[in-house]
Amino acid sequence: MKQVTASGQTVEDAVQSALIQLNTTEDQVDIDVIDEGKKGVLGIFGAKRAIVKVKVKDDPIEDAANYLKQIAATFESDVQVQTTIDGKSINYELSGEKIAMLIGKRGQTLNALQHLVQVMINRSTNDRYRIVVDAEGYRNRRKETLEQLAHRLADKAIKVRKNVSLEPMPSYERKIIHSALQDNEKIETFSDGSEPNRHVVIKPAR
Amino acid sequence: MEALIETIVQPLVDHPEDVRVNSKEEASKIVYHLTVNPDDVGKVIGKNGRIAKSIRTVVYAAGANTKKRIYLDIM
Repeated sequence: MKQVTASGQTVEDAVQSALIQLNTTEDQVDIDVIDEGKKGVLGIFGAKRAIVKVKVKDDPIEDAANYLKQIAATFESDVQVQTTIDGKSINYELSGEKIAMLIGKRGQTLNALQHLVQVMINRSTNDRYRIVVDAEGYRNRRKETLEQLAHRLADKAIKVRKNVSLEPMPSYERKIIHSALQDNEKIETFSDGSEPNRHVVIKPAR
Repeated sequence: MEALIETIVQPLVDHPEDVRVNSKEEASKIVYHLTVNPDDVGKVIGKNGRIAKSIRTVVYAAGANTKKRIYLDIM
C-alpha cells in the first residue's frame, strides 16, 4: 500500500505536498494528521511544521486486476490485464501468448477465475459488482457458438417433436440460449435440474 | 505451485497470515494440503463447495504441465 508522510507550514500545505508525491487526488486517500503545527510568533519564533500521513485508499477494482495478473503469471510469464469499467460491471480482458491454458475446456478455468474474482471483490466492498473475466475475446466467440448450437437444436426439437436437453452450463451461458430462441415461436425453452447440473431444455410448442 | 495456492486463497480470507500449504509427494501424485484459520474455513469452501471447486479448477489447470497428477486437499 502506498503512503507518504509529508510536512508543510499548515496541514493543508502538507496534504497538498503529499498528494503531489503520490500523484493522486484528495478523494482517493486517507489522511492522518500527526501534528497540526504551530504558527509561532510572527511566523518565526516557535513555529512548528504540520505533519500528515497520507495513505492511498485500496481500490478493489485495481486489487482484483493484480490478483488476476498474479494467478495468470503462474501459467505464463507475460499476461496483460485490461480493465474496462461500465457502471457496476467490470470487464477484465486477459491477453497473452498461451492464453488457451487459462481458458480451459469449455472455458471452465476462465469461469473459475471469474468466480474467484467475484468472491474477492465483493468481500472487500459493499457495492455489488458484476464481474466478467474474458480472454482474447473468448466470451464473444462462445456466445456465437452457443447461438448456433441453440438454433440447430431448436430445429432438431421441431423435427423429432421431442424435448432436447443441452449439457449443463453456467447461468450466463444458459441465458444466451434462452435469448437466442425467445423469438422462435415453434419451441419453448426452460431450465431443468439444480446447480451445477442445471441445463436448458428445448421443447417443441404444440 | 504452493505460491499459486497462497496467492489464490489469501485475498479470500480474513486471516491471510494463517494460510498454509504443505505438499506431500507420492508415487504418482503430489498432494497439496491447504489449511486456513478455523474462522475462514467457510470462505474457502463456499456454498455447496463452489469456491473450493473454483480453486481446484485453477490449480489443476496450472498443474496440467507437470508430469505427476496433483491433488488439492482443503483442511
